[in-house]
Amino acid sequence: MELSNQSITSLRQQLISGDVSSTDIINSLAHAIETKDAEIGAYISHDFDAAQQDAKTADLTLPLGGIPIAIKDNINVKGHPCSCASHFLEGAYTSPYDATVIQKLRSAGAILYGRTNMDEFAMGSTTENSALANTVNPHDITRVPGGSSGGSAAAVASHSAIAALGSDTGGSIRQPASYCGVVGLKPSYGRVSRYGLVAFASSLDQIGPITQNVEDSALLLNVISGGDPADSTSLDQSEVDFTERLNDGVSGMKLGLPKEYFGDGIDPAVRDKVNESIKKLEAAGAEIVEISLPHTEYAVATYYIIAPAEASSNLSRFDGVRYGNRVDDPREIIDLYRRSREQGFGPEVKRRIILGTYVLSSGYYDAYYNKAQKVRNLIKQDFANAYKKVDAILSPVTPSVAPKIGADKDNPLQQYLADIFTISANLAGICGISVPCGEITADSNSQLPVGLQILGPHMGEQTILKIAKTVEDLTQTK
Amino acid sequence: MSSDRTEQIDVRYVANLARIELSDEECTVFQKQLGAIIGYIDTLKDVNLDTVNTENLDAVEDTELREDISRTSLNQDDLLRNAPESAKGQIRVPKVVDA
Repeated sequence: MELSNQSITSLRQQLISGDVSSTDIINSLAHAIETKDAEIGAYISHDFDAAQQDAKTADLTLPLGGIPIAIKDNINVKGHPCSCASHFLEGAYTSPYDATVIQKLRSAGAILYGRTNMDEFAMGSTTENSALANTVNPHDITRVPGGSSGGSAAAVASHSAIAALGSDTGGSIRQPASYCGVVGLKPSYGRVSRYGLVAFASSLDQIGPITQNVEDSALLLNVISGGDPADSTSLDQSEVDFTERLNDGVSGMKLGLPKEYFGDGIDPAVRDKVNESIKKLEAAGAEIVEISLPHTEYAVATYYIIAPAEASSNLSRFDGVRYGNRVDDPREIIDLYRRSREQGFGPEVKRRIILGTYVLSSGYYDAYYNKAQKVRNLIKQDFANAYKKVDAILSPVTPSVAPKIGADKDNPLQQYLADIFTISANLAGICGISVPCGEITADSNSQLPVGLQILGPHMGEQTILKIAKTVEDLTQTK
Repeated sequence: MSSDRTEQIDVRYVANLARIELSDEECTVFQKQLGAIIGYIDTLKDVNLDTVNTENLDAVEDTELREDISRTSLNQDDLLRNAPESAKGQIRVPKVVDA
């Protein structure tokens, strides 16, 4: 098997035994990208010359020694461009520092060689909002890979990345992972430092791994998690080896099915796959119970107030003054701001900044933003009540399989509504993972993957990884 | 879902608050799209918070403050390299204050 098709865990064993070198892996990966990426479009940039140098000096005794990891293009890697797939930063910004997750990957021996495509500033769920590249779904190139971490998911799914980092503000790791048939983990808020992640919605953003399997996800979480003085919202945490208890199984666990997540509006074929998977977990010894998350119907509205509000504030830093592209011949400073932002931002980013500015504006603040904050807490309480009864919650990741390219391009509200199963985890700050649970035949006769979402309590990653590993073993399509 | 509320938001006015210039065409498209989105987020008005204890519903939890000690910052040259225009170790912008 090609080296680029293999998991981190498998490659690490071969590196340690001396059967392969890190240079072999980099060569295999470079070849895979060269042959596939013109069609898939997962990458915005890569640099294999530097990666080859790093491969020669890789310390194989480290946990990720010699392993190349792809990075979503909104995470700062010192000396590399970081475009956020936006014209605003294209060709006009080189990171002057490493994000904390990047420092941690480097310290663990990983090799950083390439940057993956995404929706501009992580706003979107198809990667069609990228201003710089078109990414397609490796399972059916007429369909989207999902988003916003669509490049990371498509790279891993097409075996043009061994593993990747993404970021998840409302489902941006789990949803593309589901559409592309790979494993995507959104850690609990505070589990992973956000320092060096270009902020979209700071109270919701979290960096996480997108991998070929659950063990690699656990391994990457081991490396990137931990408290960080540079991010005051990160949490000090006891050192846990997330790979250690992956094979403990689900016997005796109580798993909840929220009745609000299994109503109308789910593609019946998706529902069948998810239900099959739930039955397998039950057969493996888990007790399945129905639960209620009563404020679910308000989650999308709450999210699309809070996330744009925070985005409008965070993206005010892109003003054409300190970094990024500045408009030519500004008449005065306000003109410089206005036209630099007009030229630099794409439509979805403008829409969300305007929406966020509106809900924060005087006269509307209480009706929208303040109210949304309170409803957010009700959603958080729903989950806290649920976790008194169950160890984890199961649901679909999305109501359907990957849509066709261009399907909802002019109807942003329709796209927002499809986020229903993923956004609550961000609002509540809990952890969630998407794990492949089967494939269904689409109209074009392509086999499209379906993901099962497992939501765990805050800092409950060990539990959801264990359940995900069981699902993977029971599904075992790879 | 609530009806579209296209009359509720004046897109050009709000875009101006957000310091974004918009073309007429963009303005028309956004007016319709944002009207629909605002119509939808208006569903939050149905949530009755009167019956809910909102005392402990502060969204921001306490975060720890770090010690107030100075630390090395990023390198000035590295930062200026990203500036669209700079001179004499500073970022250059059009005149802000009238003489």
